[in-house]
Amino acid sequence: MPIVRVQEADFDVGRELEVLTGGRTDVGALASFVGLVRSANDGRGVSAMTLEHYPGMTERALDDICREAASRWDILESLVIHRVGSLEPGDRIVLVGVTSAHRGEAFAACEFIMDYLKTRAPFWKKEATSEGEKWVEARASDDVAANRWKG
Amino acid sequence: MVTLLYFASLRESLSCSREQVPLAAPTATVESLIDHLRSRGERWAEAFAPGRSFRVAVNQQMADAATPVKPGDEIAFFPPVTGG
Repeated sequence: MPIVRVQEADFDVGRELEVLTGGRTDVGALASFVGLVRSANDGRGVSAMTLEHYPGMTERALDDICREAASRWDILESLVIHRVGSLEPGDRIVLVGVTSAHRGEAFAACEFIMDYLKTRAPFWKKEATSEGEKWVEARASDDVAANRWKG
Repeated sequence: MVTLLYFASLRESLSCSREQVPLAAPTATVESLIDHLRSRGERWAEAFAPGRSFRVAVNQQMADAATPVKPGDEIAFFPPVTGG
């Protein structure tokens, strides 16, 4: 069962990842990804960010993505925590963790979950920049990253 | 009646986050709903102009123009997602 949380509060990476491995002896690999707020985007300084989401659909979409990963790779557990609300440069935005018996499956599933999250989970970033507030535009490179998992 | 939700830049440009509207026909689709929204005036026509990039979800599942909608459905309109 995937663990999926959408929250305003920060998370403790070590503690959250321990939940995936605690009490188990069949885990040989734990792959994780942490996304952070950058202080610059597309050449503009970013002083703050607001993350909006679609409550209900977001959790469902993240759960679906984790289940899709579990159907493609032999993984044991998966976890996605994504923050919403007001964030500042350096803040953690997202944590993905995947466990498996061997590293290859965990690495691949973790990357897949992030690529699909980027293109399918209903989150939207608004940046406060030197030129005012601006909604972040979707990147074609994110579609390319997600599409390579097709077929 | 169906519930319409708008998110992010679409919510801001339409000054609307949520509304309830009656379905004009029993065989409505996402496309017929968008046609109706476009007819509301310049701001709406512009937001849903054919070249504009927006996404639609019906009952919290990604949908497309041909997806049918029925009374009680929740239909959400939003720009391409930018999380992570």
